Amino acid sequence: MGILGLIGKGLTKTKEALSKKLGELFGGRDYICAEDLDELEAMLLQADLGQSTVEKILSELKSRMEADGKADRKVLEGIISGIIGEILSASSKTEIQIHKPHVIVLLGVNGTGKTTSAGKMAYSLSRQGKKVVLAAADTFRAAAIEQLEVWAERAGAELVKHKQGSDPSAVAFDAAKAAINRDADYLIVDTAGRLHTKSNLMEELKKVGKVIGGQVESAPHETLLVIDATTGQNGLVQAREFNKAIPLTGIILTKLDGTAKGGIVVAVSEELGIPVKYVGVGESAEDLRPFDAKEFVEGLFKVGEVDNAVS
Amino acid sequence: MAFEGLSEKLQSIMQKLKGHGKLSEKEIDSALKEVRIALLEADVNFKVVKSFIEKVRERALGSEVMQSLTPAQQVIKIVHSELIELMGSTASRLELGQEPPIVIMMVGLQGSGKTTTSAKLANLLKKANNKRPMLVACDTRRPAAVKQLETLGTQIGVPVHHVEGASPEQIAKSAVEGALKSGRDLVILDTAGRLHIDEELMQELERIKILTDPDEILLVVDAMTGQDAVNVAKAFQERLDITGVILTKLDGDARGGAALSVRAVTGKPIKFAGTGEKLDGIEVFHPDRMASRILGMGDILTVIEKAQESFDVEQAKKIEAKLRKQEFSLEDFLVQLKEIKKMGPLGDMLSMIPGLSSNRKLKDLKVDEKQMSRVEAIIYSMTPGERRRPDTIDSSRKKRIAAGSGTKVQDVNALLKQYEETKKLLKAFGGGKRQKMRMPGIF
Repeated sequence: MGILGLIGKGLTKTKEALSKKLGELFGGRDYICAEDLDELEAMLLQADLGQSTVEKILSELKSRMEADGKADRKVLEGIISGIIGEILSASSKTEIQIHKPHVIVLLGVNGTGKTTSAGKMAYSLSRQGKKVVLAAADTFRAAAIEQLEVWAERAGAELVKHKQGSDPSAVAFDAAKAAINRDADYLIVDTAGRLHTKSNLMEELKKVGKVIGGQVESAPHETLLVIDATTGQNGLVQAREFNKAIPLTGIILTKLDGTAKGGIVVAVSEELGIPVKYVGVGESAEDLRPFDAKEFVEGLFKVGEVDNAVS
Repeated sequence: MAFEGLSEKLQSIMQKLKGHGKLSEKEIDSALKEVRIALLEADVNFKVVKSFIEKVRERALGSEVMQSLTPAQQVIKIVHSELIELMGSTASRLELGQEPPIVIMMVGLQGSGKTTTSAKLANLLKKANNKRPMLVACDTRRPAAVKQLETLGTQIGVPVHHVEGASPEQIAKSAVEGALKSGRDLVILDTAGRLHIDEELMQELERIKILTDPDEILLVVDAMTGQDAVNVAKAFQERLDITGVILTKLDGDARGGAALSVRAVTGKPIKFAGTGEKLDGIEVFHPDRMASRILGMGDILTVIEKAQESFDVEQAKKIEAKLRKQEFSLEDFLVQLKEIKKMGPLGDMLSMIPGLSSNRKLKDLKVDEKQMSRVEAIIYSMTPGERRRPDTIDSSRKKRIAAGSGTKVQDVNALLKQYEETKKLLKAFGGGKRQKMRMPGIF
């Protein structure tokens, strides 16, 4: 199974859940009519897609139904995947230029999987023969450094760390220096989880960004917001606030191997134009995968597969 | 698309429908449409929303609009009280009366905050209930999870039990068996976090449950969880028959609709709320306040209570007396400022106030805590005489004070102006005229 196939595995849950719902909506008929729209709206919202995207889908559908008051499944799915696909692919167009060292900063609220994602990323880059330095800039959470240490060992990457409670900017500074001195290809900076409402912690994050920029030209080159697929509408607020502190270049959507649908990334892409770069689909080192917008959408609504998966 | 307060939205819809008397079906339906969207935006599961709206509609139909309320307010009132009823109307406590050792088992998804919450709970029960807790590290899977619990245990002075190389089941069992011998009457099991569809984990948890016979099984749920909260809650409820829920990360600005979903699916009470990263950041969960929060009406009750806790009543009386006698000095002003400081970061307080929480402009407003220390420095640079009689401070004195406190004359001027305004404000509240203090309305 290729890489894309494996993403498919993670996304199956999303696909099954939403498509099963669509099946219920049609309930044996081959069309839906105006009375079904409320139910459809609820279903789309249930995927955490967010009000604005859902409204877009509904109004498009309504205009298509004007002629005979009906829409068949193909039309409905065409509209849904068209709109979602457009949002996701529009935001993913920007190409990231790879620098040396290429500095990636991971950030997000508490418990979304930043440390694990940093570890997985280091692992995968090391396996590609890249030289990776990991920076343990989460100096707040108890044992976060030890956790990253385990990952660094697994990945065969170098870890730059200070004591717990020390200044994360200082860690970032040393790590940037180390990455330059050791001629590393990548520097991955794991930051502490913070709620976007804590202005002092957001300031701290800005400082980390600045310090890195002072060491490596145009760094950080990628700032990735780690969002848990179970996150609801607050994910959009999170993205907004983090984007204000440090302009985000992408999203890592984690824990997509559960029953959560991760639809919030569509809302984020739509409003902020931030593309989803990776998805986390499991606990092992290989389970961080590049995100493919087209496949994400296809996976959501492929009719044939859906019916098989549901029964 | 910011969350507008539900009440504001409703007001605008219903402005035309100001008539009193019975609520019409049309009024109710247009109001409930907004309620529905508000609940969905707050991440309440759509099925839960659906049955909830039906219930509210039934109750609202034909109900009299009270004289004092507009139809919109009436609907909100019904929604609010139904919400509270659904959430459980009173705060629910832990069952700690049983024979020791009491066993509390913590379960939940990864990243929901089990380990931190375990430590917070141990800390709370140690302090508030005089328990002698023991933390047990049953998460053998996540790298450094044991170390994390050990570090937290050291911070709160609670021992952490772990057996290197043993299975989670063995660790839990040996902890419970050995607790009393080592003088511990409460055992908190921090289990591994994994997905609820992870069969292996669920079986492990079931085995730990059988081996330790917990008094409480608490499901830890992240307040930011979206629609999936129902699936998670259902899975844990079906497999483990949980006794309660702890909602974490409530110090953020998530509306926390997951609380309602979880409650509706499990029927079990939410017992605690996690607020903040410090180890005392846990409080008893208040369903009524959560209801307001989900509806986007802020958490005015918490604000009021926090203010009450922090303000020293005696101190307040003294100041009132001084105001009457026109003796409110800069020293008193400083005391006042410190009282406000005690209530916690001002930003946190502001975000809990209805209206402010959704106001983006105000949200970006930073309350500068450094400013506070500057004010202190200025006041301490004055002579006692100047502090009591600020009107004696002329421009040369101002220069001296500014130099002494490392500030500028403008800063001193600003402070004096602020002091005068505070004096006026305090007078209006407490002093001479005894004006009715108006709290911002909840509806």
